[in-house]
Parts: sequence; C-alpha cells; structure tokens
Amino acid sequence: SSNEHKLNFKKSKEACLSYIQDALLQKQWKRAAEFLTCYVESLEKDYSREHIGPSEMIWRIGTEILWHHSHSSMKEFSYFMEQMKTLGVKRYLKVCLEHVFHLLCNGQIDEAYQNLSLAESWRFGEQTAIQGKEMKLIQAYRGLLDYYSWSKQKNILLEHGEDGFSDLAVEQEMHGYFRKAAVNLKEIIKIPGVWDVFVKCYVDLLEFYGDHNEARQVLNEYAYNSRFPANPNAHVYLYQFLKRQGESKKSLISALKILHDIVPSHELMIDFNTMLQKSKKRKKRRLGLEVIFAALDYAGWKENAKAWSCLARQVKQIVTSEKHLDWIKQEWNSRKDWWPAFHFSRYLAKRNWQENKSLSYEKALVAGILLGKDCKYFKHVSQQGCKAQLKRFRMLKKFVNRHNPVYLRISG
Amino acid sequence: RDFNERCAQCSEVNWGLTDGGRFYCRSCHNVTERTREVVNTDFITNSRVQTVAKGSRKQEKNDGGCEWYICEGFQLVLKKQAEALEALGVCPQMKDEILCNFWRCYLQKSKQAYCKRPAGETVKALSVCESSTDFDSDPERPSLLHLLSLSESEGDLQTDCSFASSMSKVSESTSVYSGSVDGSLYLMKNQKEKLRMTMPMTLSFCYMALLWLREPITLSELLRFVVEGHIPYLNVFEHFPEKMKLCGLDLKIFCVESWPVYEEVFNKMHELAAFLDLPRFPDITDSCFLHPDMLCMKYLMEANLPDELHNWTCRVVKKIGIGEVDFLTLMPGNKSTRKVKYDVLAAAVIVVVLKLLFLLDDHYEWLRSESAEERNKNNTEGGPYFEFKKWYEVVKHSLDVEQKKLDEERAKYLWRCEKPLFYSVKNKSKVLKRRQMVVNLQNQFGKLSGSVRRAEKPNPSSFQLSWSEENTDGSCFHGHSLKGILQEKCGLLTTMNPDYWLCTVKLCNEKLCGHLAHYREVEFPQSYHFVLGLFSFLLRIQPSYIHDEVCMIEHKLFNKKLSKKRKHSTVLRK
Repeated sequence: SSNEHKLNFKKSKEACLSYIQDALLQKQWKRAAEFLTCYVESLEKDYSREHIGPSEMIWRIGTEILWHHSHSSMKEFSYFMEQMKTLGVKRYLKVCLEHVFHLLCNGQIDEAYQNLSLAESWRFGEQTAIQGKEMKLIQAYRGLLDYYSWSKQKNILLEHGEDGFSDLAVEQEMHGYFRKAAVNLKEIIKIPGVWDVFVKCYVDLLEFYGDHNEARQVLNEYAYNSRFPANPNAHVYLYQFLKRQGESKKSLISALKILHDIVPSHELMIDFNTMLQKSKKRKKRRLGLEVIFAALDYAGWKENAKAWSCLARQVKQIVTSEKHLDWIKQEWNSRKDWWPAFHFSRYLAKRNWQENKSLSYEKALVAGILLGKDCKYFKHVSQQGCKAQLKRFRMLKKFVNRHNPVYLRISG
Repeated sequence: RDFNERCAQCSEVNWGLTDGGRFYCRSCHNVTERTREVVNTDFITNSRVQTVAKGSRKQEKNDGGCEWYICEGFQLVLKKQAEALEALGVCPQMKDEILCNFWRCYLQKSKQAYCKRPAGETVKALSVCESSTDFDSDPERPSLLHLLSLSESEGDLQTDCSFASSMSKVSESTSVYSGSVDGSLYLMKNQKEKLRMTMPMTLSFCYMALLWLREPITLSELLRFVVEGHIPYLNVFEHFPEKMKLCGLDLKIFCVESWPVYEEVFNKMHELAAFLDLPRFPDITDSCFLHPDMLCMKYLMEANLPDELHNWTCRVVKKIGIGEVDFLTLMPGNKSTRKVKYDVLAAAVIVVVLKLLFLLDDHYEWLRSESAEERNKNNTEGGPYFEFKKWYEVVKHSLDVEQKKLDEERAKYLWRCEKPLFYSVKNKSKVLKRRQMVVNLQNQFGKLSGSVRRAEKPNPSSFQLSWSEENTDGSCFHGHSLKGILQEKCGLLTTMNPDYWLCTVKLCNEKLCGHLAHYREVEFPQSYHFVLGLFSFLLRIQPSYIHDEVCMIEHKLFNKKLSKKRKHSTVLRK
C-alpha cells in the first residue's frame, strides 16, 4: 500500500481495469460499462510495450458488455465491431471472425455471410500474409454458409421432387453453392486442426454427388494423419461413413479400434463389442471382452442395460463353452477390488431391482459368475426375481448355481 | 507583449517600450524596472535562428500562432492557479503581489528574464543551428531520444516510436520540434543548476505564497484541492490563449500524468525559498491557523475525537516546544532546522496524545473502553464517557465508505483534456482519429452506464469527514468526556495509563536514508495502524510520513529519559 497515494495515469487505468473485471465477473453490465467509459481514453496513449494493449482490452470487454447488456442491440453491437475493426489492423480478420460468430449466434445468417465476403476481399500489404490463418478460417466459414444454403436448396428440391415437379433454377443454384462450398471446405481441412463441422459438411456434399472415393480419402486423412490432433470424432465420422457404405465388418472394426484406445467410454463401444463378439477370430472376441469391461469402468455406464447385456451375453457364452475362462480371469483381476462396491453393492441391488428389472437381470448374471452365487447382488436380485415368479430369473438362478465352480476358478 | 500588470502609479494597463528595452506607462510615463521578457536584440536579429525556427513551424505561423516561451506558459499557469485560490477565499494579495513577486524574482535569478542576457541560451541556440550538418556527432547536442527520455512523469513520449523515428528522418536543419520557442532548450538545461521550472513546482510557488501570507490552507489541503479539480493543474494548458500553440516537447513540460506528491512539492518549495534568497517568512504565532494548537483542534474535530483532547495536545506542544515562533517560522536556507510540515506535525501530535492516553497496544484501549461502556450503561447523567470501541466502529465505517468512494473516483478519473494534443504534424491526423474514436466509445458505453454521470465536481470543503452533535445515534464524540481514562493526582489531571511504548528507540539519520524511521504495518499494533491510517486518509499522504513525525515528537518528549537509560526496552514509565 505504499504506492496508494502516488497516483498516475497508468495506475489509475490499472485500477479502472480491475473494477471492470470485477463487474464483468459479477455480471454487472451497467457498472462495467461505467468504468469502461472511463477506460477508453487509454487509446490515446501508446502501450506498445505492453503485452495486451488497451485496444484489445476494449475490444474484448466491450464485446462482452454489449452482448449481455439488456439495453444493447445488435445494431449497437455491429457498430461497435466496425469501430474495433478500424482500431487495430493486426487484428482485423480476428475481429471480423468474432463478429461473424456473434451474428450467427443471433441468427443473422445473411449478414454474417456479407461480413465474411467483405473480410475475404480485404487486402493490407504484408498483413494479409501475416493473417493468413484467419483468412483461411474466414473462407472456411463462408464455405460453411454456402453449404447451409446448398442444404436449403437441396431440401426444396427434394420436396418438389416428391410432388413430381423439377425446378431447374433451384437445381442450378444448388450446384452453384456446392461448388463454392466445396472449394473452401476442401482447403481448410488440408491444414492440421480440429475441423469437425467442416469435415462433416464436406463429406455430406461429396456423398450426395456420389464422390465416395474422395469422401473416404478425406475421412481417412482426418482420422489417421498423424499431423492432425487426436480427435475421437474423426474416427466416429469414418465409422459412420463406412457403415453407410456397407463396408465389411473387418473395416468397421478397424475404424473403431483407435476410438476404443482414445475414448474407451464412447457410446459406440456397444456396437464395437457386438461386432467383435460375433467374430470368428479369437483375437477379436478377446478384444470384445476387453472393450465391454473397459466401458463399464465408467460411471456413466453403470445403468446402461444394453452394455450389461453385452457383457452378460459374452460371459454366458464363455462360461457355457468352458473355453477361455482365463479371459474372464484376466479382465477380472484388475477389477475385483473395486467393481463389487462400484456395481454390485446391496444398495445397488435393491435400487436396480426397483428401477429396471432388465438391468438387474443382466447384472445379476455377471455378478453371479464373477462373485459367486452367494454374493449380495446376485442373492438379492435372484430372490426377488424368484419371488416375483419371473421365469428368466429362475433360469438365471439355475444357471449360476450350475456354474458356480467357475467363480472359484476365476477368483483364484 | 502580454504584459498586463497594472502601473504602480496610475493603475492603467498601457505599456510601451523605451529604447533601453524597458516598459513605460503611456498614461503617466512611469518607467518600470521591468525589461522586455527574455529576448535581447542579439538573439532576435540572428536571422539564422529565425529562419530555422520558421522553417519547422510554417504551419503554425499560418494558423495564427505566435512565438511564446516556456516561462510565459508557466506564468499563465501560476496566474490561473492564483485566481482559483482567490475564488476559494484566499486574499487577492496573494495573486497580485506575493506570487507575482516570487515569480519575477525566480525569473531573474534563473536568468530567464529581467536581466541583460539570458545566459547560455543564445550561445546554445546558435550552436544548434550551426552544427546542422553534424546532427549526430555534435557532443553538446543530446540525441532526440535522450531529450525524450528526460522526464519526471511517465510520459508516453518514450513509447511514441513514430514520433522519434520520424524526427530522426527529418532534415537536419530543422530544430527540435516544439510549439514554444525554447521548448527543447528548456529540457536540455542542467536541472541542478538553476531549479528548472516544472508543473509540480507551480504548486510549490503557490504554497510558498500561501505560507508567506499565512493563509489557512495546509499543503495537504492544497494538493487535495488540486486533485479534486478546484485548482488548475491537470490540463491547465487548455486555458492558454489560442495563439499559444502547444505541441511537441511542450507537452512533455506541461502535460502531467501523475498527481503531485506531497514530499516533492514540499522539498521543492524549500529549495525555491533558498534559491530566491528570501528572508525569514512572517511569524507563525499561536493565533495562526498553521499553529499546531489550531490545526490539532481542526483535526480532532474531523477525526470525531473528544474536544477535551485538545488540552492534551496543547500540553504536548508546549512541552516539546513545537509551538514556538522560531520553530514554526520558515527561515529559508537554514539547513540546521528541520523543515516543518504543519499538517503532518499536528496529526502526529494527536497520535502521540492518543498513545499517551490509550496506550494503543491493542489491549489497554479496549479494556478502558469496556469499563467506559459499563459506566455509560449504568449512569446516564453527566454526559457519556468516551468509548474507544464505539468511536472505532463509527469512524472505521465512515472511513471505509469514503475510502471506497475515493478509490472508485481514482479509477474513474479522466485525464485527457478536450483539446487534442499532438507531437508533430505527422501524427496529427492519427491523434484526431483516435480522439474521435474515444469520444464515440465514451458515448456508446456512457449510455449503457445506467447511473448518471457525475455532473459537477463537489464543492471544495475543508472538512472531509463531518460529525454532527445533533445526531441522536450518538455517532458524534466531540462532547464525550475523557474521565474514564484520567485520574486526579495532586490536583492535576493525569492519565491512568502509566505506560508508553516508543515507535522506535533510535531515530535514523534523515539525511542518509530520507526518513527518521521505517514504518512496517506488521510491526505495530492494529490500533496504532488504524489511527495512522485515519490521518493518512485525511491528509492524503502515506502513513509512514506521519509515523516519522510521531517518532520525532516522542524523542523530544522523552528526551531526558532516553538519554538516561539507553536500554533495549521500548516501554517507558511516564
């Protein structure tokens, strides 16, 4: 506090900024605006040594305030953005992009498109090259909006098509949008990055026009090119495409393999396991077991009846065939310390029974095999089930009793 | 030129120039001693200087600008400040006589005017022009960047790269850019030699004049009025006449980017008094506002403390002799006497008195407060006893509110003036564009501010905190009695508290480290810190300055005891 009494311009503005920050954090937009009004005169001073200068501060803070303030309108917002564009040439394209995002959030697609076109035509000496990345993004988003227009036209066409009308003008327009969109989308996905939305749209276009090879190539690149950041969605898109194309199980499985590695809890793991279980190859079936166990490690899957039924099915199949019990043993080894409390507690037994009988059935089967017929979960559920005179529960009880020795071998 | 003084004989303003360069009154032919400011014939007729000056400022000439000198600018500033002080109630003598004379004396001593030849300046000016081909290699001529970096304030000239780089590319024959004639020369002058004039120094002049007249304004009040905008300081050049164009290096001289600091203004004032060879200032007697007895009374009121404490402050003042005329009156050039900060001194006296009566060790004062509270509850007749706790709560609350307001005001402070300023013609358009943008943004966000923009600055007042006895909530402590902490001994009232702790056992050498003591909050009781903080707020200075004075007073007060036992214990029995 020794500097409290020495007040100068710089300190006064620093203090001002911290008041703005507090106000923003507490969503007090009026107060933030009040202090920002006092802060803006910093623009008249040169801060070229600072990391973030007042012009950038004002842009960011002003954007927040105008976006949230109840008395502000889109018109005000756009006016402000235009000012910000003139304020810092080094940020010009960035400001344009953010402005476009806000317009899109507000549903002003046409205005967003106009702004993008304008930005695209911007040239400013060496800045144009320096801001090349932003330019690519601008072009990509314009491509996206072109795709959106294409999509609209396509829908119109399909409607008319049903009625038996064919509209040449609409078709022409549609193709026009396709060309524009394709060019820009193709460009951006060449650059390593996360481009989910662009990739999806581009693939959609390609598929529509029957260029499946190109689509496949694009998706492969996106998923497997090591220069691109690891992205689970890339694999999902590839998988979905292959499925649409009716590819063999083999290629589908290979598409999901990496997804399992990156995101073992992904929802597609059920599909994956289902395919793997049915495979003739032992290795694949083994993998299937690993996959389903791994998925059920996650809390989000605890109540997923489908997942449990996959596991139950596979466990049942293994136990019945009495082959590869060691697989179960291997998987259970690292889980036997915590799965019982995690999935098979008495509390869960009661709850599962009350809420979802199918779920409790599947789980009881697994519990019975892994923990034996005397485990809390199995006991409670099978008791309840037999009491309720449900046939399958009686069957379940018989099955588990018959295969109880397995438990002893597993628990080893 | 702009000579507006009234003639001593006939009070007219109608001047002409004699052959000898002196002003004479056309109405009564009274010849003055005042010579034409600054310029002498040699200087003027050096056509080289003229053309050079013209060459770089062609535009300004066409704009109707005139030649003006830095000291003229300062003279205007002083005039404005004096007028403002007059509006606040200071006697007109200050402006018309005292300040004027001080200023003229200064100009003469620093050889800027009222003398035959402004020494050194012509020579330097010539050398600037002659060595035009040798721009960089002239050792006498400092580089532009050096000039730009000479600054007391954190001007943005250092970072205005465009200016610096553009100037170095300019043709060598132009002089350094400024609206005034001698802007660059002014900055080049050796600071130590002749007490170069600065904006903070204008306040030193004002204070000096106020002190001479013994006006009831302390330095801390003066500075507070400056910050509150009642006295022109920030952007004072807005009041310059149109034809005095301000640009380039002038901005460095006249644009302030920070508030004046008490110490700086205070020290400069003393330097100035010595420089001007002033005689002993008019006596500060016990009927003066600046006398500790008077100031203590004022501060006691403002701090919401009982009036009875005044007896004690007077006793302390008397005991250590700080109420003596010779102690209080300023004797310029006398290095042996300590310079008196009247306001800080008075505040420190109060702090010492509080320590005497309440000990302020975070313990005793609360104990006494409790017993006073007990007494007040059971016994409502005879007026309440002073309860430290209650006082603390009331004052702290108000202090916090005011401090919060002050902090917000400081954060919202607007520094820029209406008149846009620029360093060179080149960045004029850029500056104007920026200015337009700022105005637009202020409008846009101003509308969203919700609250009404503060329209008028508050009226200047001497008291920042005020307490009214009419408040029934008992929040005014002026009339409270100190009986709870006093006792009678041999017919005299003395404190019940027998102890005292010294802030420091040994005083530092002020000349070496600048302070008598070093204040660190954590080393002292919270109550002491609070009391320092209260006066620190009122005087708008750092607590450590008050602490220094407190130490000084304590050492005077306990002088005998200290010289007797030079032990380690810091607690003394009174």
